[in-house]
Amino acid sequence: MSTLANPIPSTAGAAAVSRNSGKRHYGTHIFLTVMAVMWLIPLGWSLYTALRPKADTDKYGYFSFGGSFSFDNFIQAWTQGGFSKYLLNSVLITVPAVLLTLFFASMMAFAVSRVNWKFNITLLIMFTAGNLLPPQVLAAPLFEMFKHLSLPYSFSDSGNLLNTYISVIAVDTAFQIGFCTFVLSNYMKALSSDLTEAALVDGAGIWRQYWNIILPLCRPALAALGTLEVIFIYNDFFWPLLFIQSGDRLPITTAINNLQGQFLSNYNLIAAGAMITLIPTLIIYLALQRQFVAGLTLGSSKG
Amino acid sequence: MSTTAEKPAAPDSEPGAAGRTTAGKGHSGAGRRPGKAGKVRRLTRRDKFVLAIMVGLPTLIQLLLVWLPTLFSIALSFTRWNGLDLKDIKPAGTDNYRFVVQDYPPFWPAMQHNILWLVFLALIATPLGLLLAVLLDQKIRGSKIYQSIFFTPVMLSLALIGVIWQLFYNRDSGLLNYLLGTAGTPRAVDWFGDSNVNIWAAMVAATWRHAGYVMLLYLAGLKGVDPSLREAASIDGANAVQTFFRVVFPAMRPVNIVIVVITIIESLRAFDIVYIINRGTNGLELISALVIQNLVGEGQVIGVGSALAVILLVISLIPIVFYLIRTFGKESKA
Repeated sequence: MSTLANPIPSTAGAAAVSRNSGKRHYGTHIFLTVMAVMWLIPLGWSLYTALRPKADTDKYGYFSFGGSFSFDNFIQAWTQGGFSKYLLNSVLITVPAVLLTLFFASMMAFAVSRVNWKFNITLLIMFTAGNLLPPQVLAAPLFEMFKHLSLPYSFSDSGNLLNTYISVIAVDTAFQIGFCTFVLSNYMKALSSDLTEAALVDGAGIWRQYWNIILPLCRPALAALGTLEVIFIYNDFFWPLLFIQSGDRLPITTAINNLQGQFLSNYNLIAAGAMITLIPTLIIYLALQRQFVAGLTLGSSKG
Repeated sequence: MSTTAEKPAAPDSEPGAAGRTTAGKGHSGAGRRPGKAGKVRRLTRRDKFVLAIMVGLPTLIQLLLVWLPTLFSIALSFTRWNGLDLKDIKPAGTDNYRFVVQDYPPFWPAMQHNILWLVFLALIATPLGLLLAVLLDQKIRGSKIYQSIFFTPVMLSLALIGVIWQLFYNRDSGLLNYLLGTAGTPRAVDWFGDSNVNIWAAMVAATWRHAGYVMLLYLAGLKGVDPSLREAASIDGANAVQTFFRVVFPAMRPVNIVIVVITIIESLRAFDIVYIINRGTNGLELISALVIQNLVGEGQVIGVGSALAVILLVISLIPIVFYLIRTFGKESKA
């Protein structure tokens, strides 16, 4: 949370804090601690359940301290439960979708923020609005469009775009471009126009201005947005649910929909599956916390 | 990053797109653009071609996969179709809407649940997030640890949150019934299964995530409030509560607007969590879930599903248009 650190603590603020420091902060700490414990209980309970073998919970009950702890449930979910496959599917969808989103959005943002053109604002409004729509509004037409688009069976075994990664990647990209364009165009507007003016004098074309000058300067914004988009698309539940029918192609977030049926009320395995789904986001959060938090506040427009 | 982080949250002070110099945001460099033709003056034919591709490709994707389907949804809502052969699409006038409003039992419960969801997020989750942000904005020990804890659910998908809370809420194996002392007795509640309580249980789970998100945005917003405002208020003898409600909170207006919009849109988009619990049936009906129930499965009724989608669209347009006017209103007038 270092991005949130207060840079200039005002003297009055500090005085107020020290004035109030005895009793009031005591109460604040109690409140925050109670809230924090309540916040952690659901996650802690899942982790605890996941670490215990089903035999032990059957014997002692779920709410008990007896028995052993192991990663057996994780191993079983990973191998027999197909979580290795689901995670791979998530990677195959998330990586191209994020790269395409950032690529298209940065081109669009460059065009609307660095070049004067009559329809700049119209386009930007269209892109921003598109991102705010509930996805269910577009579900039926997209599903039918993909279903009725015939493709050779060598390309897709369904004979159309359904049940392919491409369908999910395309719609995720289209949906996220709006948000990224909005954020990046604000960022690019803030860059001095002298930068590209100088390049123009040197005879640099539009593409070189974009690729060699503007884009490298947007690296912090791209890093923040990239981290955020990885989490958004990894967490996307709806589009794979709609487009992908065969279970072994589902990404992990949508695959947890089938956990109950698949593991037949084996809550220990379900909990292990949930924890596996959480691990990649946790790693990204710990490694790229700054980018993620910056991205979220950058995108406080996000619906 | 912290300077840019405030930018989208402060749409009021965005520089005009046509190079109009706006006050505020000293770092934006907006004033350096002299006039209408300021940014790129001479475009060669090649540049124009490159630009056409740079604009055209994303626009085409956006039109084809977002706006065209939206129009199709509207068109399909006035037809009768089973989703099989395109030739079977029959005009149906407003029959689908009449059916949804008059003869479709889950529709009004779903409307009520969506409104309840919004009210719950607006009155419980959002103020809770604001309260956490205000408390954590003070210089208290362990603030970062608290922040990290409250923030953790924001990284999770609502689908995963549904699974995690299911484990917590289960009748026989869940922790909550043990803590209440009802586990194993007939009084044990199936929190996600009992149609009297499951909407509340689901909203509590959604609050778990929403409050953390609101906290994060308000923490950023609070950092952006000019410290001299608080100083002036305390010199005038205002106490902490007065200072907050009369000075600090109004000063965060851009963040407040963003949070109002997010809260409304989140409550309209609520889908994943109810779908993973029971596909949005038995007490958990939401408009978004009804749309999908009518599109997939055996009895595909595309027309009815589309009518529901259009109703969802029309309601969503209210916060979307409000937000767009706030964000782009000044620019397009310039």
